[in-house]
Amino acid sequence: MNDFRIPLGSWAKAFIDFITDTFGFFFDFVRAIFGGAFDIVDALLSSPPFWVIILVAAALALLIRGWKFAVGTVLGLIVIVGVNQWDNAMDTLALVLVASILAIIFSLPLGILAAKSTVASSIIRPVLDFMQTMPAFVYLIPALILFRVGVVPGIVATIIFAMAPGVRLTELGIRSVDREVVEAGEAFGASPWRILRQIQLPLAMPTIMAGINQVIMLSLSMVVIAGMVGAGGLGQQVVASLNRIDVSLGFEAGLSVVILAIFLDRLTAALGNGNTPIGRFQAARKQRAAVTDAASTGAEAAPEAAKQPGVLTPS
Amino acid sequence: MTLNSADLAPESARAADTPTAAPAAPPAEQAPAIAVKATRLYKAFGRRSQEIVKKLQGGASRDELAHLGTAAVIDASFEVRRGEIFVVMGLSGSGKSTLIRMLNGLLEATSGSVSVGDTNITGIPAAQLREVRRQSVSMVFQHFALLPHRTVIDNVAYGLEIQGMPRAERLAKARTIIRLVGLDGWADKLPSELSGGMQQRVGLGRALAADTDVLLMDEAFSALDPLIRREMQEQLIELQAELGKTIIFITHDLNEAMFLGDRIAVMRDGRIVQIGTPEEILTDPANDYVAQFVQDVDRARVLTAGSVMEPVRSVVTETAGPRAALRTMRDLQTAAVFVLRRDRSFAGVVRDRDVLKQVKAGDTDMRAIIHEATAVSTDTALVDLVELAVESDLPIAVVDERQRLVGVIPRVTLLAALGNVSTNTGELPAMEPPATISMSIITETLRDTAPEGAQL
Repeated sequence: MNDFRIPLGSWAKAFIDFITDTFGFFFDFVRAIFGGAFDIVDALLSSPPFWVIILVAAALALLIRGWKFAVGTVLGLIVIVGVNQWDNAMDTLALVLVASILAIIFSLPLGILAAKSTVASSIIRPVLDFMQTMPAFVYLIPALILFRVGVVPGIVATIIFAMAPGVRLTELGIRSVDREVVEAGEAFGASPWRILRQIQLPLAMPTIMAGINQVIMLSLSMVVIAGMVGAGGLGQQVVASLNRIDVSLGFEAGLSVVILAIFLDRLTAALGNGNTPIGRFQAARKQRAAVTDAASTGAEAAPEAAKQPGVLTPS
Repeated sequence: MTLNSADLAPESARAADTPTAAPAAPPAEQAPAIAVKATRLYKAFGRRSQEIVKKLQGGASRDELAHLGTAAVIDASFEVRRGEIFVVMGLSGSGKSTLIRMLNGLLEATSGSVSVGDTNITGIPAAQLREVRRQSVSMVFQHFALLPHRTVIDNVAYGLEIQGMPRAERLAKARTIIRLVGLDGWADKLPSELSGGMQQRVGLGRALAADTDVLLMDEAFSALDPLIRREMQEQLIELQAELGKTIIFITHDLNEAMFLGDRIAVMRDGRIVQIGTPEEILTDPANDYVAQFVQDVDRARVLTAGSVMEPVRSVVTETAGPRAALRTMRDLQTAAVFVLRRDRSFAGVVRDRDVLKQVKAGDTDMRAIIHEATAVSTDTALVDLVELAVESDLPIAVVDERQRLVGVIPRVTLLAALGNVSTNTGELPAMEPPATISMSIITETLRDTAPEGAQL
């Protein structure tokens, strides 16, 4: 009985070894890009004084959701400053932003592809299931080997872990666009690209935004784990408190993660349903513009139509 | 809410209640007479669609092949003339929606070919097919299929946008169309702010704005309330008369088909079982299925005077004089005869008492006693005859466009037509009104007043 052993693990290791040897240059390249992106974002968030960032965040909150959310944002961020986790929080935020933007960049085209092609969908689906259910720690091992200790393996593991809902909800959103509306685009001779851009993506946007929201939330939950491989930020604090059984540090770092999570979630959720103060403002302005436009062109068009009673008759 | 077509054209060339009237004259000189032609179209769904079609062509039935896939359209061939409303009617699952989607290439035919105008669209490259859709065929959808994130005017201008028309120009054109379909003042609303009927006006406007010769309408009015539906049907006929579009209309509603269609194709289980004018389908159904289907149709609105009228028997010319009239009445045992002028046009009717008096008086000019009688044209719907039949005991005179008497409709014929019983009255033709003066009196009068040598 004990003789029976499938050496799946050895195979996986052999595979990773092979990849490291053969495509090492590629991973160095990826490492440089991801690391560079992180450094830029981190510099943007960490170099200004904390109150500048708080003001920017509050302004965003005000524009996208309203004044209550802005007040909440200011209070939450002040708490982070107060527990002396500001720098770590900014590192984590940079990590989350870079990872989720990359995850979105990868997941949107994949989702569109899956929506357009049943074959692609049936290939992508099980891969996503695999990526999402595999314990997140496991990604860290090859990521560490391929990218060495630092933020990059954290970003890579985060991308793999977080992109699944982005792909899934993009596919779902596009597939659930009313078939007849897409047909209308086809029937009037629109090209597939135009249908995608003018009909499918706009109509799928709420679902896609829900996916993006999920991507960001999953990224945030992953960065704590990424702290174990030297990604720094709040994750490292949590890991450190775990090692030292330091309740107070653990609570403070954990609370900071929660505050960041709530801020990002509410912000992206409001973007998703489209009912934002800035959106309402734009709609109102568009409406006014349309009315004046109608008044001016209507005045010109009316006498012209009266002159030519048979404008519509095919000549 | 009304359609302001009056702004743009003086009047409808086609009255709403005459479904069989000739369609608006198409500009036949410059374009082919056939707008859309389908030749032996098959559409099967499933992995083995080619095999299904082969077997169908070999004579297998649709049910036998159910395990291979669905045969949605089987051997459909028809020609749609320019400027006609061609209705495809069938119950759900009869393949009519599949059929219409093959006409603009939304679905590719498994076998057979489709041409739109001069272009054969079967198997042409996608880019070319899109060009055909932009320039030649537009479509109206059952659930409107408007772009919910665009305003009414942007929806109407959508087809023009795809055609590549500059924004200012297409908006100006869309405004004209919005007026045409009666949506003035709604241009900057979103579709969700409109009622169903108004949304479909937007859908119709979008299709009209594209200014294609052919309009495909897929159950376009089925999702609307009955009242709105009727209104839209009438307006569609007006618009069609005005713009001369070729319309292919899909419906499951027989009354709608009968009302709109210049010709109707009845579909059942993927096959076209009959193509004909509404009257042909009603009076001469191809099989029991069609017959059963048309049982419930509102015959009064579909059948026309011309299709039920009977030959005129009791008729004399004005110049024949009262004695001839009296003799005709006696022979046919009726109390009135129709009178024609010299040029055979319809003059009116004379009654037996008046004629008798005139004969007795020796007067020979019958014009003095001719009563006016209502005459209807051959394409009047039966529903409009009922009131006339109630008002007068005379048969209703039917005249052609040159006012010549071509037939009569006695009450019994009208009733028989409405009740769908045989109109063949057999050996004894129905004579209306029945004689009121006894034959012997007439014969006596004729004899007494007869000039020397005249026959009775």
